[in-house]
Amino acid sequence: MAPFEAPDFYAIDDLLSEEERLTRDTVRSWVTDRFMPLIEEAYREGRFPRALIPEMGELGVLGGNLDYGDFPRMSSVAYGLVMQELERGDSGLRSFVSVQGALVMYPIWRYGSDEQKARWLPAMHAGKAVGCFGLTEPDHGSDPGGMETKAVRDGSGFVLNGAKMWITNGDLCDVAVVWGKLDGVVRGFLVERGTKGFSTREQKRKHSLRASVTSELVLQDVHLPASAMLPLAQGLGGPLSCLTQARYGIAWGVVGSAMAVYDEVRTYGATRVQFGKPIAGFQLYQAKLATMLTEITKAQLMNLRLGRLKDAGKMTPQQVSMAKRNACHWALEIARIGRDMLGANGITDEYQTMRHMCNLESVKTYEGTHDIHTLILGHAITGLDAFR
Amino acid sequence: MDVVVLVKRVPDTETKVRVAADGKSVDPSGVQWIMAPYDEIAVEKALQLRDAAGGGAVTVVSAGPAETSKELRTALAMGADKALLLVAPQGAGDAAATAKALADGLKGVPFDLVLCGKQATDDDDAAVGPMVAAHLGVPCVAFVTSIEVAGRTATVKREIDGEVEVLEVDLPAVLTAQKGLAEPRLPGLKGIMAAKKKPLEERPLAAAPSPTETRALSLPPGRAACVKVPATAEGARQLLKALREERGVL
Ligand SMILES: Cc1cc2nc3c(=O)[nH]c(=O)nc-3n(C[C@H](O)[C@H](O)[C@H](O)COP(=O)(O)OP(=O)(O)OC[C@H]3O[C@@H](n4cnc5c(N)ncnc54)[C@H](O)[C@@H]3O)c2cc1C
Repeated sequence: MAPFEAPDFYAIDDLLSEEERLTRDTVRSWVTDRFMPLIEEAYREGRFPRALIPEMGELGVLGGNLDYGDFPRMSSVAYGLVMQELERGDSGLRSFVSVQGALVMYPIWRYGSDEQKARWLPAMHAGKAVGCFGLTEPDHGSDPGGMETKAVRDGSGFVLNGAKMWITNGDLCDVAVVWGKLDGVVRGFLVERGTKGFSTREQKRKHSLRASVTSELVLQDVHLPASAMLPLAQGLGGPLSCLTQARYGIAWGVVGSAMAVYDEVRTYGATRVQFGKPIAGFQLYQAKLATMLTEITKAQLMNLRLGRLKDAGKMTPQQVSMAKRNACHWALEIARIGRDMLGANGITDEYQTMRHMCNLESVKTYEGTHDIHTLILGHAITGLDAFR
Repeated sequence: MDVVVLVKRVPDTETKVRVAADGKSVDPSGVQWIMAPYDEIAVEKALQLRDAAGGGAVTVVSAGPAETSKELRTALAMGADKALLLVAPQGAGDAAATAKALADGLKGVPFDLVLCGKQATDDDDAAVGPMVAAHLGVPCVAFVTSIEVAGRTATVKREIDGEVEVLEVDLPAVLTAQKGLAEPRLPGLKGIMAAKKKPLEERPLAAAPSPTETRALSLPPGRAACVKVPATAEGARQLLKALREERGVL
């Protein structure tokens, strides 16, 4: 495989700090050296290369943006660049890190007790414990507020019942953040593996995100102590604030996929000869490359600005919706166009474009579908709620 | 144990190098810059020696353009303690000028050992290390694959054609790193954030004249087109003929 050459048409590199560049370069070489040799086989076999989890811990990418203990506390832009580089490898890799950091460590950090933080954050940062985030249910996806998972008080603790579906890292997890209603109010619970009544079952046979574990969580009369509840999260705002963090990472991540695809088809077009010349010399081929590079550059600039706003404490969830929606739409579009540009070769795993294309179908759907983000933006623009 | 490591900023070995319009320098557009890979090995070894000795400092030193702070910052992120950049906007010149600049820059920096890569991967001179040693008036062993320090002596190994040469050298000394000396670590994010706070001193480098001057730079000629012959006896005959008559190989 030709070495990855990242497109940076607007010299956005100049807008990054030295440590942001260093962080990106470090993760980029790690993905090239350690992840790329494994991914095609893992994808074919439908498994996450879990042997790499401790290495990611050593790198410091797991929840490395959180202000806790001796964590690296990287900037939001550095964090975004990490996501971009991981997803340049595979969306499954980025999903693992997103869930661990933004959907599990983040709520524990923001809403958890000191004991919960001390128990989980260092271990999860080091890659010694894995978490998952259970919000979606079989009958409640885009509308999580309708969730049926329910907690009732039992002495000083709780009993939890319900089922969650499409849960990334479910079968890998040591702890699940499960969202359920207590007295009609959404609350978060830390459910540890091994707790009686709690089981996970992997959802196999996926056409997408095959190098990522997706599972059902089953909660049947799960008895939890009072200390299992996240004390500071009350209402749907709790899980939604986690989604804002994860969506921010996705907006950056999928640009990595798009960059991988663009790099692959650009190189391919320069060497593949038809009608006596390289196909990159034909206008139609060039038009596609021009569109790809333009959309990648636009998304890179949006992400950078969003990251600076986030660090300044000024980022809004609606801005994140715009970035997630736009970046996922274009990354998928670029991958679809790219697949076509590779001809028959493009359907084999000699090339990564179709793997990215298949992955991006999931990424477009999870963390708020394209349509849902459209409605969020529509609401922000008009003040009128079009959800129901 | 105080170790100085000399490092150079070079184009990534996987970068497609293009000649600039002046015909004698590398076109910087689209070039990814990295710390020269053998220098990276030297940094790793320096960190290991410092840690094994249980104290001391690793100082990384470079002569080059201001952007070299990124490569020095990388070394700091790996675990080096401080950095010194001798800023030469147009580069430090040829190997002789660079070696002189580095040796002068080391005045006042304490060291038991100076390490550097056996060669930089851009001009491949393999000369700076030995020349620095000459300026400093200390012994030099080049292309080492192993270093063990005991007191004021280092036992070093070099590999030559499958043989291993074992040498003892008095410290301070200059040793240049060959592949196999150490496996460079990736700087973790913690290291990167910590590096921000480590001292990186920049000093302007008075432009010293280079004894040599680059007149022209050109890319090697492209590879000749591949000739295919059928896998038959006739094909073998064609191949032999081509090798004998056209290429003069046999
Ligand atoms: C691989 C993968 C991993 C996942 N990981 C997790 C995880 O770790 N944790 C977790 O909790 N969840 C996870 N999910 C679930 C994901 O968040 C949901 O699939 C997503 O929110 C969409 O819900 P749904 O699948 O039920 O689709 P639905 O909500 O049924 O949507 C179906 C279609 O209807 C459209 N639609 C819905 N409502 C409206 C409306 N009001 N107006 C217009 N159109 C509408 C949608 O846009 C979509 O096109 C994962 C999903 C996948 C595929």
